[in-house]
Amino acid sequence: MEVVTSAALSASQKGKLIAAGYTSIASFSSIPPFNLALELKISETEALEILKSVSNGSMLEATSSSHTIVNGAQSAWDMLQEEEVLVRITTSCADLDHILGGGISCKEVTEIGGVPGIGKTQLGIQLAVNVQIPYDYGGLGGKAIYIDTEGSFMVERALQIAEACSDDMAEYSRMYRKGSHASEVKRQPKDFLENIFYFRVCTYTEQIALINYLEKFITEHKDVKVVIVDSITFHFRQDFDDMASRTRVLGGMALKLMKLARKFGVAVVLLNQVTTKYSDGSFHLALALGDSWSHSSTNRIILHWNGNERYAYIDKSPSLRSASAPYSVTANGIRNSGSNTKRTKIM
Amino acid sequence: MAKKEVMKISEMGSLPKSTRNKFLARNIITAKDALSLTEFELMELLDVSLADATLAVALISEIVSPPYQTVQFLLEQRMKKEHRMGHLPTLLKGLDAALFGGIPFGTLTELVGPSGIGKTQFCLKLSLLAALPSGYGGLDGHVIYIDVESKFSSKRLIEIGYNSFPIAFCSDGLAKEMAGRITVLRPGSLAEFTESLQKVKASPLQNKVKLLIVDSMAALVSGEYEQGASKKHPLGWHISSIKSLAEELRIPIVMTNQVRARSANQITRYSFEESRTGSVEDSRQSDSHLVAALGIHWAHAVTVRLVLESRSGQRFIKVAKSPMSPPLSFPFEVTSMGVVLLNDDGVEMPGPQINAIDHQGHSDIIYHGDQR
Repeated sequence: MEVVTSAALSASQKGKLIAAGYTSIASFSSIPPFNLALELKISETEALEILKSVSNGSMLEATSSSHTIVNGAQSAWDMLQEEEVLVRITTSCADLDHILGGGISCKEVTEIGGVPGIGKTQLGIQLAVNVQIPYDYGGLGGKAIYIDTEGSFMVERALQIAEACSDDMAEYSRMYRKGSHASEVKRQPKDFLENIFYFRVCTYTEQIALINYLEKFITEHKDVKVVIVDSITFHFRQDFDDMASRTRVLGGMALKLMKLARKFGVAVVLLNQVTTKYSDGSFHLALALGDSWSHSSTNRIILHWNGNERYAYIDKSPSLRSASAPYSVTANGIRNSGSNTKRTKIM
Repeated sequence: MAKKEVMKISEMGSLPKSTRNKFLARNIITAKDALSLTEFELMELLDVSLADATLAVALISEIVSPPYQTVQFLLEQRMKKEHRMGHLPTLLKGLDAALFGGIPFGTLTELVGPSGIGKTQFCLKLSLLAALPSGYGGLDGHVIYIDVESKFSSKRLIEIGYNSFPIAFCSDGLAKEMAGRITVLRPGSLAEFTESLQKVKASPLQNKVKLLIVDSMAALVSGEYEQGASKKHPLGWHISSIKSLAEELRIPIVMTNQVRARSANQITRYSFEESRTGSVEDSRQSDSHLVAALGIHWAHAVTVRLVLESRSGQRFIKVAKSPMSPPLSFPFEVTSMGVVLLNDDGVEMPGPQINAIDHQGHSDIIYHGDQR
C-alpha cells in the first residue's frame, strides 16, 4: 500500500493529510474533494489538486483497470501502428541507414559516442542538414536545433555539407522527374543554414535550463524535427564534485529529453565522449557519464575504428539487432565507405 | 558576457513574489542553485505543489537559457566582421586550404609531437603572423605567449621574421614593434597559469589580443594521470575556462602537447571489440609507441589537433582532428623561415594512423641559419 509520505505532494499538504489521519493514499483517494477540503481545512481547488496528483501517481500501478481509463496509455497494437509510420532521418550513409532501419528515428533518444576525431560532430551537422530534406525527396522537411556545449561547431563545415546536400537534391530531381518539375527552384545552401537553430551553451546550468526551455521553444517552432546535443558530456565531466547529484541531474535531463522526443515526435541525438573504464580485470573504452546514464537513451551507437575504416556499432536498441556498418567522412559529409565492396567479404 | 546562471532569483520579475521569497528562505539564491535540483526536490524543499515547482523551474530556465542564432546568421556575421572569416593563416598553403583559411578563431587548436619536432617553431611563426600588420598578411594584433617550458627565443623569433618577411623587417623599427607586441608570460604552476588568464581577460589590451599560445599545456600538468582510476581530471574546469576565453575574445588559442610512451595496457578498444583481437591491425597499431601526454578527455576538448611527427627521417604535419579538414598529412621541414611545407598537396591518411605519432630517424634538432 502506498503511504502518504511517498506521494508527489508538498510537505505541508502531507502534514495536513497525516494530521487528519490519512496515512495511505488509498485511505483518502476516493473521498470527494469537497469533504476532503472541509476535513483538511483547505480550499476545494487545493483538495482537488491533491486528489488529482495522487490519482495520477497511483494509476500507473493500477494494472487491473482497463487502458481507456489510464490517461495517456496506449495498447501495444496502437504502438505498432505508430511504429510503422515512424519517420527516420537519413544519415547519408546507406550502410548505416540500413542497420538503423532507415536512419535515426524520430520520437526516440539516440546516443552516439566515439573517440575524438571519429566524426561525432560531423554526423551531428549532417543530421541537422538532412532533417530538412523535403517530403518530395523522401525527407522530413523539418528544422533542427543544434546545442553546442563544446564550441566545436564550424559554420564553414555546415555550409559545405549543406552545399553537398543541395547538389544531391538537384541531381535527384534531374534523374527521377525529368520535366515534371522543370520550374522548381533549387534549394539554396543558405536555406538549410537558416533552419538550424544554434544554441551555444557555456555551463551545465545553461544546459539544464535550455533543455527545460526546449519544450516551450519547440511548441513555438513546431517544425523542429531533430535536437542535437554536442556533447551531452562536456560540462558534466568537469565542475561536478558530487557524483550523486550529477547522476540525479543527468537523470532528470534524460527524462525531459525522452518526453520531448515522444511529445513532439522529434529525434533527440546526444553525442557522448568516451572514457576509460575498468572492468573484468582490464581497461576498456566506454562511453562517458557512467552506468546509470547508459539507461537514459533508447538507442546507443558507438563509432569506432576497425582497421582503416570507421564503423558504427549498435550497442543497444530495443528494436534493432546489434550490427555494425562502415561509413566514411568525406568533403561532402557522411557517406558510404569507399572500400565497401571489398570489405563485405571479410566481415 | 554577463553570467546569467548566477543571476539572483529574487531579481527575476516573472516569478511570483511569494515563490521568490520561498526560494530565498531556503537559501536557494541563484539560478544555478535552483537548477541543480530536480522539480521534486524543489517541491519538498520549498513546500509548494508540484505544479508550482515545475512552473518556477520553467520560468527560471527560460531566463537562463542562452539565445539561439540561425547558422546562416552566424555565417553572415563571420563574413562581415572577421578577417578571412575568422582564421589566422599559417601561410602554409596546403594547411591553410585544408583548414578553410588557417587556425580558426574562438576554438582550441593543439599541436602534438615529440620534443624537437618543431612545435615551438610553429608557435613562434604564428605569433609573428598575428602581430604582423595586415598589409603583410598578418592580423595586426597583440599576442600573449604563455611559455611554460622557457623555450621562447626572441632571437629565433626575429630570425624567422627577417627570413620570412624580408621586406617588412627591413623597414625601420618594425622588428622592434613586432617583438613589442608579443607578451611572454612564464607561469610556474597551474594556479599561476589561471591567474595569467584572468589578467589577460582584465587587461586593457584585451581587444587587441589576436592570439594566445600555451607552450606547453602538458608541462603544466604532471604526467601521472589517466593511469589510475582517478575520476577527477587535473585540468578539470580549466578546460572550460580556456574555451570560454577563446570564445569571448574570438581569438585562436594554440596549445602544444608533449608525447609520452604508450603504456603497456594502453586502451584502444571497447569491450564489444574483444572478440576480434589478434588480427593484423594489432601489430600495426603497436608500430607507434608514443601517445599524446594529455589523454582522451583533453583530446575531446580540443577542436583541431595537428600531429607533428617524423617517419624515416622526414617530418610530417598531420591534421588529426578537425571538424572541417579531411585527415591530410604534409611533409615539412624547419628552416630559417620556420616551419615550411615541402608539398602543398597533402596525402590523405586512411584510418586511425592519422593519430599515430612516430618519432624515427631524426636526430638533428633545428636547422639554424641557412644550412639547408
